[in-house]
Amino acid sequence: MQKKEKVMEILFLATACVSVVAVALICIFLFANGLPAMFKIGISDFILGTKWKPGNDKFGIFPMILGSIYVTAGSVLIGVPVGILMAVFMARFCPAKLHSILKPVVDLLAGIPSIVYGFFGLVVIVPFVREHFKGNGNSILTASILLGIMILPTIIGVSESALRAVPQNYYEGALALGATHERSVFTVVLPAAKSTVMAAVILGIGRAIGETMAVMMVAGNQARLATSIFKGVRTLTANIVIEMGYASGLHREALIATGVVLFIFILIINISFSILKQRNEVS
Amino acid sequence: MKEAINTQSIGKKLMSYKKHPGSFLLLLLVLASAVLTVGVLLYLIAYILIHGVPYLTPDLFAPEYNSDNVSLVPALVNTIFMTVLALLIAVPLGIGAAIYLAEYAKRGNRLVRLIRLMAETLQGIPSIIYGLFGMLFFVTALKIGYSLLAGAATLAIMVLPVVMRTTEEALLSVPDMYREGSFGLGAGKLRTVFRVVLPSAIPGILSGVILATGRIVGETAALIYTAGTAPQIAGSLFDSGRTLAVHMYSLSREGLHVNQSYATAVVLLVIVLIMNSLSSIIARKVASKNQ
Repeated sequence: MQKKEKVMEILFLATACVSVVAVALICIFLFANGLPAMFKIGISDFILGTKWKPGNDKFGIFPMILGSIYVTAGSVLIGVPVGILMAVFMARFCPAKLHSILKPVVDLLAGIPSIVYGFFGLVVIVPFVREHFKGNGNSILTASILLGIMILPTIIGVSESALRAVPQNYYEGALALGATHERSVFTVVLPAAKSTVMAAVILGIGRAIGETMAVMMVAGNQARLATSIFKGVRTLTANIVIEMGYASGLHREALIATGVVLFIFILIINISFSILKQRNEVS
Repeated sequence: MKEAINTQSIGKKLMSYKKHPGSFLLLLLVLASAVLTVGVLLYLIAYILIHGVPYLTPDLFAPEYNSDNVSLVPALVNTIFMTVLALLIAVPLGIGAAIYLAEYAKRGNRLVRLIRLMAETLQGIPSIIYGLFGMLFFVTALKIGYSLLAGAATLAIMVLPVVMRTTEEALLSVPDMYREGSFGLGAGKLRTVFRVVLPSAIPGILSGVILATGRIVGETAALIYTAGTAPQIAGSLFDSGRTLAVHMYSLSREGLHVNQSYATAVVLLVIVLIMNSLSSIIARKVASKNQ
């Protein structure tokens, strides 16, 4: 009996260690397959090179790094204000009945597959941008709008629980001093939840920079430096998916190295998220 | 009519904003973003349904795929295989890990902190990185090739943190009284976990599994280079087969079957809707039980 207990405890421990092993394996395999190519190409040529021409052995991913940064920044500009205001609405404005409708709506936004978002972007947002702005529609702007929609549920979910965690007496204190409902919420409650809302934004950035299928379908995917927001770009993620199917040799390794760069971006984002979260728990 | 304390008629409320134009502007902004969020979702669903439902033809549900009918049935069958397989791997691992974290581990243990940190890291990794890893590890290094098994193993790692987190939360919400009662009756730790704690945590675990199912069904980027894009039903674990989401990607990329893409999107949306309502029904049950 005692033995069985011990065996099972070790078994549970082993299953718990799977995630540690998984992260280790992901790091090892990505770096082992990607770093040699980076050194072969030359780290600065690879990261700062502006020409991506696999046929001529030119592997510079700077346009893709900028592409990822552009569409992520655009999605933050669009998604964050709407997301935070929506979170404010759900936490402090809407009646309980309405909230029980809105919650599933936000969950559904989170549950829609990215390929469906991408398709929606392709048939609705691309023609819209083409008709109302410049260019052929496959652009930074289009990708930013689509990603802005896609990061909404992440930002709303985390910000709403942050707003709800602010003690009620902060709000009541502000009301008692004569502030209106809106003024109390925006100048007292929201600042009190500031750091978790920041964490929500960082989580949204992580989602946006890692999104692949949806961005690929609307961003145009030209591997060159974009000169305006109505021009197409290629992101790091799209670069991998588009070319991995037929790449071989150094080209294939360079694509894996693209994944390494993306992975490092994500790790930085993850670390800043956990630091922010820890700071919240301490305070 | 006498007004109760602290209530205002809408007209009076609106009048009071005259003195506070800033507040009124904020109110409008908040309302606008709420309308925008709900509006975008409704528009997306309505648009896909209106354009997709008319093309849900019998052809699309033919038992065999060919390039004329672009039937989604093989992809649907593959999706079911893939989901079951990935869950078979991820759920036992996730539940085991959650049991360790919630029932056995001592609080503040360094190993526990490491496990939590790694699970969080896994959750933040984008699906394309999982796809790359699956291709390098399962497909190439373990020599499984583009196959259901390689895809399912990749997805299992991807949804593992979801199952772990929801299960741990469910286990932690089981009152300690249950455990003490079980110990008091002479049951050992293992028996207590399996006979008392786990059964009362089942609804919470189930909602985690449904969440994981939703992610598996909607996944594309992690599957293209692990499970491959063969449009037929995978005959064995070691055969390539595309899931519904990958099928939709192939259709919309070719650009020849836009209407069928809409219809496939409808099927995907319906699956997601069912999953979401199931999980919210369960969540509501859990909430009403806890009260």
